[in-house]
Amino acid sequence: MKQLYSGDEAVARGAWEAGVEIAAAYPGTPSTEILENIAKYKDIYAEWSVNEKVAFEVAFGGAVAGKRALAAMKHVGVNVAADALMTAAYTGVNAGFVLVSADDPGMHSSQNEQDNRYLAKFAQIPMLEPADSQEAKDFVRLALEISEQYDTPVMLRMTTRVCHGKGLVETGERISILPRDYVKDPQKYVMIPANARKRHVIVEQRNKKLAEFSEQFSGNYVIPGDTSIGIIAGGISFQYAREAMPNAAIFKLGMTNPLPIKKIIDFAEQVKVLVVVEELEPFIEEQLRAAGIIVKGKDILPRLGEYSPELLREKLTGQVTPAAPQEALTLPGRPPVMCAGCPHRAVFQVLKKMNVVVSGDIGCYTLSTLPPLNTMDTVVCMGSSIGMAQGMVRALEGKKNKRVVSVLGDSTFIHSGIPSLVNAVYNRANITIIILDNRITAMTGHQQNPGTGVTLQGQQAHEFDFVAMAQAAGVGSVQIVDPIDVEETKAAITRALEQEGPSVVIARRPCVLVDRKQYEGPMQIDPEKCRVCKICLRIGCPAISIENETIRIDASVCFGCSLCRQVCPHESISLAGME
Amino acid sequence: MTNKETTNILIAGVGGQGILLASEVIASVCLTAGYDVKQSEVHGMAQRGGSVTSHVRFGKTVYSPTIEKGKADILLSFELLETLRWIDYLSTDGTVIVNTLRIDPMTVAGGSAQYPDNIPQELQSRCRQLVAVNGSELALQAGNGKAVNITLLGVLSRFLEFSPELWKNAIAARVPQKTIPINLLAFDYGRNAK
Repeated sequence: MKQLYSGDEAVARGAWEAGVEIAAAYPGTPSTEILENIAKYKDIYAEWSVNEKVAFEVAFGGAVAGKRALAAMKHVGVNVAADALMTAAYTGVNAGFVLVSADDPGMHSSQNEQDNRYLAKFAQIPMLEPADSQEAKDFVRLALEISEQYDTPVMLRMTTRVCHGKGLVETGERISILPRDYVKDPQKYVMIPANARKRHVIVEQRNKKLAEFSEQFSGNYVIPGDTSIGIIAGGISFQYAREAMPNAAIFKLGMTNPLPIKKIIDFAEQVKVLVVVEELEPFIEEQLRAAGIIVKGKDILPRLGEYSPELLREKLTGQVTPAAPQEALTLPGRPPVMCAGCPHRAVFQVLKKMNVVVSGDIGCYTLSTLPPLNTMDTVVCMGSSIGMAQGMVRALEGKKNKRVVSVLGDSTFIHSGIPSLVNAVYNRANITIIILDNRITAMTGHQQNPGTGVTLQGQQAHEFDFVAMAQAAGVGSVQIVDPIDVEETKAAITRALEQEGPSVVIARRPCVLVDRKQYEGPMQIDPEKCRVCKICLRIGCPAISIENETIRIDASVCFGCSLCRQVCPHESISLAGME
Repeated sequence: MTNKETTNILIAGVGGQGILLASEVIASVCLTAGYDVKQSEVHGMAQRGGSVTSHVRFGKTVYSPTIEKGKADILLSFELLETLRWIDYLSTDGTVIVNTLRIDPMTVAGGSAQYPDNIPQELQSRCRQLVAVNGSELALQAGNGKAVNITLLGVLSRFLEFSPELWKNAIAARVPQKTIPINLLAFDYGRNAK
């Protein structure tokens, strides 16, 4: 029976049907729903790991010890896991092992749009690219089979539109696969130089066999058609090309590393002009050019952002579809904002007024970089706030009032902030680290983490102790504050800034979307007392607005965090229903 | 609008308005009716009160999960400003269904930008057919203002070939058990709205 599945749901279904028994991930858009859905199958062990490297290692270890396994992460997560990946490619696997890389062309929810196809080539592992949900499901099984047949990790590379796009999927049943025997084999799995040198030879031999496999792989095929323009495409680009040019001859690539070069040469000879349609980098194009094939690609198509059928139609045929005119309009933007009642907001309200450099990090709180809070100085990657602050404080030494504050969330701290905290103590970096502890991984949709004390599959776990962690690292000043109390938060940060050496402030309050009833109720404004000084507007709360020089609080949006009441100099804000 | 290969519905609004649930209902109705269907949305940052769109496409065979500019048959919008923001996706003979609700973006709420005051007229001049409904009010009448997404599905259902039963089954399968009666009523209010 056909089901409507997103690509992520289809991967989960594919993993279940193909007998995967171990799955691990760290949440990251657009990959998060893969593990959320795998976790629903109780015959798979599924976990949120603390970061992508650990997730990779858990799944890889499971495969080495004999059970089919899958690790999922967003594209930048594979950077974190890359250390393990590069050498796992040498050792190979035992049972099948799939690494899902969910790339984000157009950066809907990411800090860059790196093209992870290069990472598959870099690691010398095979890569499959599904173009819709059905293929996403089918390719998981194929990837596991390739993994076992060629003794290698396999990358399943997806992009946002495949991950989050929904389509029809023919589902099947779970196949039963007996775990493979685990036999101790240090020459294969202990990568001391003597063994690794031998394994590298095997990697090269494997590459040759995989290139032959790609030539006869059924997922690489030609759709005959008009040969005046021949198109080569895989993944979502294939769908855009089909939509834009339904009659063109198309070489559909399901396996993009290694490429079926001979088959492509045959196709090239049949068409007048050959165009590679691939989002982001000229990954396929460069390899075809190196093989002596004459192609068009990035000379006519962009290297940035997502493609669309209309873009391809315009660039390849010159046709433009008439549309309702929109260009004459200048509309106010609607960027995402920190929620009403968000416990993080008060911390930024305090930091905004201090003369400090804010080394920021990745999470909901990154939104504090937008007006009116404008707090962040830098945001680069998961956990980077603490390390970067240490370099910045050295560089700013001697300048007046240039203290540096790192701000990162609970999950981000556990992900990759801990080693940099240890480094800060070890190297006596004079920084203050604020951990915004809202008890959950909020940005990606509220996934559990060690601080939550519950696992992905709902088991109670030890609740990670942030204070003990900081103290064990040797931090002398560790404070816990309720961030919604502005005065207390300000006092705690001020005290922390006065310390020599690293200090830690843990701003702890649950995410308002997880605990909606934590406050007393919505606030109201007394129009008699309000002098429209607009100070409450500067906290950037979506519940507060101004119209015709009157400030109002939308009671249907306000949770009642009371931050506006605390910043109001005229005592005009109070709990609704109270005088 | 069934005499061509693929029907395109673009749903627009603000994060938190129930757009994704509405799109799922539409897609599942199309699936039950025997069509190939694709739906695309982007979640993540978008859920934090930002601008949200969802694309639903159905027909014999659907390739791209996203609708091209100028190819949407219906723009179903949950908020006035968002309707104007995505109007260039509408085909020249397309229909706009708009919920006459204003939600100020932060730029407007903070006083640094103006909310356009002539949106219905702007829309009128840009589409063949404009259907404006106060979906929030209808949902309130049905018993819960939050059912506005289902009310708007009721309005949309008038422009598609599927029977009310098909819609209602899809809705009942997706909303919380105890809210089913209110949601089905909200659907009827939308379907019968003037």
